[in-house]
Amino acid sequence: MADHVFVAPPASPESAAFYAAAKEGKFLIGKCTGTGKYFWYPRAVSPFDFGPTTMEPASGKGVIYSYSVMRRVSPPFSIAYVTLDEGPTMMTSIVDCDFDALKVGQKVTLVWKPSADGTPVPCFTPA
Amino acid sequence: MTIKRQAYIVGAFEHPTRKAPDKSVAQLHAESAAGALKDAGLTKDDVDGYFCAGDAPGLGPLALADYMNLKLRHLDSTDLGGCSYIAHVAHAAEAIAAGRCTVALITLAGRPRSEGHSGTNARPVVGNVPDATWEAPFGPVTPNIYGLCAMRHMHEFGTTSEQLAWIKVAASHHAQYNEHAMLRDVVTVEDVVNSPMISDPLHRLDCCVVSDGGGALIVTSEAIAKTLNRPLVRVLGAGESYKGQAAGAVDLTYSGAVWSGPPAWEMAGVKPADIKYASIYDSFTITVLMQLEDLGFCKKGEGGKFVSDGNLISGVGKLPFNTDGGGLCNNHPANRGGITKVIEAVRQLRGEAHPKVQVPNCDIALAHGTGGFLGSRHGSATLIMERI
Repeated sequence: MADHVFVAPPASPESAAFYAAAKEGKFLIGKCTGTGKYFWYPRAVSPFDFGPTTMEPASGKGVIYSYSVMRRVSPPFSIAYVTLDEGPTMMTSIVDCDFDALKVGQKVTLVWKPSADGTPVPCFTPA
Repeated sequence: MTIKRQAYIVGAFEHPTRKAPDKSVAQLHAESAAGALKDAGLTKDDVDGYFCAGDAPGLGPLALADYMNLKLRHLDSTDLGGCSYIAHVAHAAEAIAAGRCTVALITLAGRPRSEGHSGTNARPVVGNVPDATWEAPFGPVTPNIYGLCAMRHMHEFGTTSEQLAWIKVAASHHAQYNEHAMLRDVVTVEDVVNSPMISDPLHRLDCCVVSDGGGALIVTSEAIAKTLNRPLVRVLGAGESYKGQAAGAVDLTYSGAVWSGPPAWEMAGVKPADIKYASIYDSFTITVLMQLEDLGFCKKGEGGKFVSDGNLISGVGKLPFNTDGGGLCNNHPANRGGITKVIEAVRQLRGEAHPKVQVPNCDIALAHGTGGFLGSRHGSATLIMERI
């Protein structure tokens, strides 16, 4: 069976630095300069105080908050929310695993997967 | 300014089609508008306010207003997804109370069935949507985003597939009496949980239908309503809100109803136990369950128990819901079910629902919906109505 193909992320001035870092294997998340709080998804204007933000390296470790496996396409693919150790919860996909064995609360770790145009996208796999 | 008891729903029409390959979307809007005006006993020339949402082709309300050749002094194309039309009733009431219009027309129509749209297909990525660069790679279609909510609800509260199935069972009991319903066969809990898995933990029969069709509503002032030969149904309370991902503080256990519900209850001066009939948006079974909890019909986490054993079946349970068969069995025109929620509530309040599902002495009803995607970002609208 052919592998699932991830849609290439549409380009945005706000994600260019993230995907440039991804190509070097670095995983970044948003941080509010004013409050020091991490957030997802990264954005240039802070969702907490409308002030400046940065993107900071993150551990790539987390737990599955929820997941769903789309069975009506071939091959099936998963969508998930993973709560990162840094706090924020992000939409992602759980890969390289037995879909039938996934559990909410399961520990996962980041793995990059190439999307349709080669841009790596942040997925997770059971730790 | 309050809208409580300030506006009357005098026209309600659900287009009978469920498949319309030979009609245009604009035509379905206009045919629905004509049906609602006829129901009210008004004419096209009486309309001076027009409300529509994202299913309307063209720029906002302009193309359809022009297609129908309306003469308007108030336009509103607020788009909260499928619940927009529930919010539009409140917006129309506000406009009427403020003197900006006297006869408001609300329309919805679409042809997703004829156009081959399926909930399992990816929706096209629209330029500049801020979340797309982060989320489009992971294939958020419709069933899997709702599946995320159902999976988390099961984890937190022990909700089961069998409990969710009861929601579909209740809708099917009602749909058997609706000659226009897409799915009229009564189904069992076993039928639902044994239907093919679409996106865990949602089965095919946990999902609403994909249908062509449309609907329209007419909202007007007390002075005009009292000149019409129709039962009097008026707005008692309303609220609207939205829920998103809160910058990463994702919590899928509740919906925007926790914010759109309280102002509606407060304005109306009634409580869940006063509601004789409820139209609850049913894009999926889990949508109904979460909204019932969030509106206060039962405690958070106890929705599974609340919907079980036929509690939503008219004549059987304590809270008759979606007596037209809802989106799960009857109709989900344009992939947006909000207007049919108001239409069936109006039928119930008028005593014009099918005799087999009509709630006796239905004097207070609620219509509530979500729009967009329950598990990522969605609109929420609540409307409480009374018959006088």
